[in-house]
Amino acid sequence: MSVDAMTSSMPPAAAGGLPGVVTDFSSDKQAFAVPWGKAMMWIFLLSDTFIFSCFLVSYMNVRMSTTVPWPNPSEVFALTIGGHHIPLILIAIMTFVLITSSGTMAMAVNYGYRGNRGRTAALMLITAAFGAAFVGMQAFEWTKLILEEGIRPWGNPLGAAQFGSSFFMITGFHGLHVSAGVIYLTVVALKVWRGDYERAGNYEIVEIAGLYWHFVDLVWVFIFAFFYLW
Amino acid sequence: MSTQEGTQHPISVYLWIWLLLFVLSTFSYMVDYLHVQGLLRWSLIIVFMLLKAGLIVSIFMHMKWERLALKLAILVPPLCLLVLIGLMAIEGDYTFLTRLATFAH
Repeated sequence: MSVDAMTSSMPPAAAGGLPGVVTDFSSDKQAFAVPWGKAMMWIFLLSDTFIFSCFLVSYMNVRMSTTVPWPNPSEVFALTIGGHHIPLILIAIMTFVLITSSGTMAMAVNYGYRGNRGRTAALMLITAAFGAAFVGMQAFEWTKLILEEGIRPWGNPLGAAQFGSSFFMITGFHGLHVSAGVIYLTVVALKVWRGDYERAGNYEIVEIAGLYWHFVDLVWVFIFAFFYLW
Repeated sequence: MSTQEGTQHPISVYLWIWLLLFVLSTFSYMVDYLHVQGLLRWSLIIVFMLLKAGLIVSIFMHMKWERLALKLAILVPPLCLLVLIGLMAIEGDYTFLTRLATFAH
């Protein structure tokens, strides 16, 4: 009886085999109560998490397995400003710049949902400007390391050869993400400014772009901790 | 829509989180600046890192206000990485010992 009751409450059996796959994947089910663009961005960020994790885990592996001393990042990334030798100062400034850009981005999302076109576009452009500043400082850092410290992907005069390859791989891939984010944010900001989303009455794209930007900041938190501070 | 309830809070929320992230970043920088070493250094770095990551994901990325299904779908899969980290740590240790035994003399 109970079996009967269960089967009768179930929908009729769908087709099997490949047609069944098509039926299932197109059966109008929705798992996440968010706009599809936002769900897709989250899933992309999840996959990106695994890519960055692979880089960081391989960095852990080479750092653990080398018998040569690891160069001290605190000293490698030190700068002399006004006669004072300050360890890791450039990286600290880059961290603050990226956090600030995340703050302005969060506010841009908020103003977007309030329908404030001008402030949303302005805050997004400020965010992109901070991102560009970050990339600029990274370019300076790379130049200094390559030209003055003689650090190469295959070796360096300071210690373990793996330092260079890990550094260029991890910060390079992150810098690529920041650069792509700057372009992405600028494009969306200009479309906000033009009024595209005001006409459509939908500012979701600002939040989706914001998710990407916060993720770039999030990855930097891990790189800062594991590569620069460890 | 679920996004609506999560986006109606005042701007001050973001300013507070921003300030908190600044303070936490300053703390992690101080760990290096004050030359804290050993186990204390590593624990402090990890604690500040996790606090910052948590604030960014929960508040800035609005994860706090999403439904549990989305939270689980995004936050649980990265836990697999703990297995990868464990395996690669064992592997790194093995390579290190092998190099010591083979190249040390």
